[in-house]
Amino acid sequence: MTGDPILEIKNLNVDYGLGDQAVHAVRDVNLTLHRGEVLGLAGESGSGKSTLAYGLTRLLAPPGVISGGEVIYHSPDHGTYDVLGLDDKGLRDFRWAETAIVFQGAMNSLNPVHKISTQLTDVLEAHEPKMSAHARNARAREMLKLVGIAADRMDAYPHQLSGGMRQRVMIGMALILQPQVVIMDEPTTALDVVMQRQILGQLIELRERLGFSVIFITHDLSLLVEFSDRIAIMYGGRIVEEAPAGALYKDSLHPYSAGLLGSFPALRGPRRELTGIPGSPPDLKGMPTGCSFHPRCPKVFDPCADNIPVLGPPSTPDGSTRTVACWLHPVVTA
Amino acid sequence: MKYLIQRILFYVFTAWAAITLNFFIPRMIPGDPVKALLSRFQGQMSSDAIESLYILFGLDKDKSLWQQYLDYWVQLFHGDLGLSFTAFPSPVSEVISDALPWTLGLVGVTTIISFFLGTGLGVLAGWRRGSWVDGLLPATTFLSSVPYFWLGLLAIFLLAGPDSFFPSSGGYEPGLVPAWDQYFIPSALQHSLLPALTILISSVSGWILSMRNMMVTVSAEDYITVAHAKGLSDRRVALSYAARNALLPNVSGFALSLGFIVGGTLLVEIVFSYPGLGFLLFRAVTAKDYPLMQGIFLVITISVLVANLIADIAYLLLDPRTRKEG
Amino acid sequence: MTIPTSSVEQVIPGQGAMAQPDPARPAKAKRQRFRFIANKKAFTGVVVLGLYILFAIIGPWVAPYDPDARSEDLVQPPSGAHWLGTTHLGQDVLSQILDGTRTVMVVGLAAGAMATILSVLIGVTAGYLGGGWDDSLSALSNVFLVIPALPLIIIVTAAAPSGGAVLVALIIGFTSWAWNARVLRAQTLSLRRRDYIEASRANGEKTWRIILFEILPNLTAIIASGFVGTVIFAVTSEITLAFIGIGADSGWNWGTILFWAQSQQALAQGAWWWFVPAGLAIAFLGTALSLINFGIDEFVSPRLRSAGKTKVKTASGRTVRMRVGFTPVLSNSSAPHTHAKPIPAVTTAAATPVLKKEGSQ
Repeated sequence: MTGDPILEIKNLNVDYGLGDQAVHAVRDVNLTLHRGEVLGLAGESGSGKSTLAYGLTRLLAPPGVISGGEVIYHSPDHGTYDVLGLDDKGLRDFRWAETAIVFQGAMNSLNPVHKISTQLTDVLEAHEPKMSAHARNARAREMLKLVGIAADRMDAYPHQLSGGMRQRVMIGMALILQPQVVIMDEPTTALDVVMQRQILGQLIELRERLGFSVIFITHDLSLLVEFSDRIAIMYGGRIVEEAPAGALYKDSLHPYSAGLLGSFPALRGPRRELTGIPGSPPDLKGMPTGCSFHPRCPKVFDPCADNIPVLGPPSTPDGSTRTVACWLHPVVTA
Repeated sequence: MKYLIQRILFYVFTAWAAITLNFFIPRMIPGDPVKALLSRFQGQMSSDAIESLYILFGLDKDKSLWQQYLDYWVQLFHGDLGLSFTAFPSPVSEVISDALPWTLGLVGVTTIISFFLGTGLGVLAGWRRGSWVDGLLPATTFLSSVPYFWLGLLAIFLLAGPDSFFPSSGGYEPGLVPAWDQYFIPSALQHSLLPALTILISSVSGWILSMRNMMVTVSAEDYITVAHAKGLSDRRVALSYAARNALLPNVSGFALSLGFIVGGTLLVEIVFSYPGLGFLLFRAVTAKDYPLMQGIFLVITISVLVANLIADIAYLLLDPRTRKEG
Repeated sequence: MTIPTSSVEQVIPGQGAMAQPDPARPAKAKRQRFRFIANKKAFTGVVVLGLYILFAIIGPWVAPYDPDARSEDLVQPPSGAHWLGTTHLGQDVLSQILDGTRTVMVVGLAAGAMATILSVLIGVTAGYLGGGWDDSLSALSNVFLVIPALPLIIIVTAAAPSGGAVLVALIIGFTSWAWNARVLRAQTLSLRRRDYIEASRANGEKTWRIILFEILPNLTAIIASGFVGTVIFAVTSEITLAFIGIGADSGWNWGTILFWAQSQQALAQGAWWWFVPAGLAIAFLGTALSLINFGIDEFVSPRLRSAGKTKVKTASGRTVRMRVGFTPVLSNSSAPHTHAKPIPAVTTAAATPVLKKEGSQ
């Protein structure tokens, strides 16, 4: 199912503010998305997962700045390039055509004053200027059909659609240019559970047909376990563990991952006791020294308070397919 | 449609309230100044005219208040607003209809220009924070704090004069006859430039500021981020997404503040002795010409209500959410 | 005459589920209610307003001449004896302005206070009680809003018995509450739906207690900004009235000075000192009040602040402006920012995990 890397994030750093007042929201994140893969990104609010998504697409509002790193994109047609090195025009061309995003606000993602059709076709107009108006309309209709919306809703305004329908429109819009990567930022949090599963199931099916890769961001680890191939866990702006979904669910190495898994009921698999994580997420302004999770960690010991653990493969049997940043699992240096 | 009907009903109600207010205000005037004026013109007035003034000012003490109110309405429906004392023996309605086109031309046109200009600059200031338009804000704040009429005085002092291109008073060259011809129209335009500029300068900053703030607010909306993520051109995101939405509250704001603006701009006419309603109101106040004052207030109010209705219709066309299906 | 530019109403319901983390907002902001003074604009405004209030108190005493006293120096330009020159009757313009400050400020503040009280009563009642109360009170404020205020003030003042400054303040206050009532109604409506208010209601708390202790404290900024806005309107209105010659028997005010300047052909005589100072006095007062309002607005919605530093140097060495949609890249080297120390010589087998002292489970 997974293939070559399509998107490689290398030591990405994102700050809010400049100079001394800067708050480091994302720190030295390394992540690789492979062709055709669903990569889940989980963490509490404030862990930096959304900032990471906005950072790599350069959509962060001021005072957000990218203070370092590379986002290498392997285009099937145009070779390999760094997204962070693109000029404005290059970035505009890259956006949506290569990487589309489904945002968390289903209600507010659509422009309230324009028809659905306008919002579907303006993206075609920007990226494929040679396309005729008729062809654009046909394409928009096709996308709506793909996500299960009747073509006669083309002329509807956003306020005339239900929340679920709007999110489907957003998914259809995200796929209209057949991008290689789709980033989904809490795409279904505003919807009820039934609608959530229906839409996600549909998306996975579409992925199998169209072959794009997905970065799926949510705080709901149970959804990730069910729908993604690999999962990365973020805490305090860093990735603390990354592993295949099944491996992470069965045997999480980082105490924080274990805590997250223990804070909601599993949908499948054996029953287990619900626990929470004591304490609250760290304040980005006053990040603890050493491992940022150490003040809340039930297994804290000597090195944690002073030394930042490195993300690397642990010395477990399946160590080659996963990484973790925890002093309990020192990195195997080859 | 339902929205529009609601609005129309509201304006009818407001018009009724204004007319009723207009009925009661003269009844507060102590010492019967109207009676004094009436006696001055005794013999020169027809009995009909006297009757109409009696109704307007409630001088007929024999009638009940309710009867007076009914008579007042009947009279209004005949378009009879009484006789003007200053322009004796012209009826108020005639005096007002002479002045109204001047005001509509000056205040109406400038207010619209000011709205569009200010909104446009506000879009720029809000979209490009920290650009030169932002630098304009302190200056415009200062200008909007100045009463319009004082700015007019200053404009006359600095720019007008016997040798200047700008005439310092009047609506057209004395000696010309108002007509749609090649002598009158250029002269009227020339005379309106300075007052128009005065109104423009002092009213435009309000629109810049409110549109800027709306742009800043709208820029943080999700659909703007989506528009950027879609790789649309900056122009399209700024205009079709941000400005298009920011315009909505500004249009309803336009409707609501028309009453404020018109009140202030009318006074510019006084400074320039411009032959519109504002100058007429000034003359009426100075001469204690109560029938004329009442009439002008009524006409201004009705005009503002009509302008409001037009702004509402514009809003209806701009915001699909107020349009109901079917 | 000033367009109400307060954006408080439009900005507060700032939704947007895609809330990006905003660590730039100091967590302490709520506690320091009057922190807005620290805002440069608001500070300037408050200082200037303070000067005006000072002159409203001491003005008539420090005025060098009796503002009514005539002299031989007719229409004289500014000089050592008359700092701001004289009028057609040889009256001292500076003394007139100083003397007029008191009337202007008293009428402005009194009218502002009255309109604010009315707007709170009507707006909060409409917003909190809802239903028929809301419908009728909202209709009432909308009627007052669309009827042109200044012409109404003019005809009422012209018709009323000459009652001096108090009457003028009353009339202005009574006609200019509608805008604030509207803003307050909208905000009360949204406050009423908040959980803690609903909880108080469910607890059977008395309505007046909820309004007084739960709602009003949250409306402070809006009420303050409404008050300041109304004072601006009241000052311009009273000066306008005096300028067209009504309510002028209430002593000197800046409008009266302008009235005489206009009617005695100050313009034609080139006597700029006669009308320029009074106008500037109004303009500076108005600007000071507007600045205070900007301060309040920016305090309430930090987004409106003109961004302090908007330009940054990017990786490519160019300076770009921070803007929505194109996050600047300060550096795109892939070198890590944190240099993790080499793994200390601990082995998990040997190390005993230290349980946290408190809160361990």
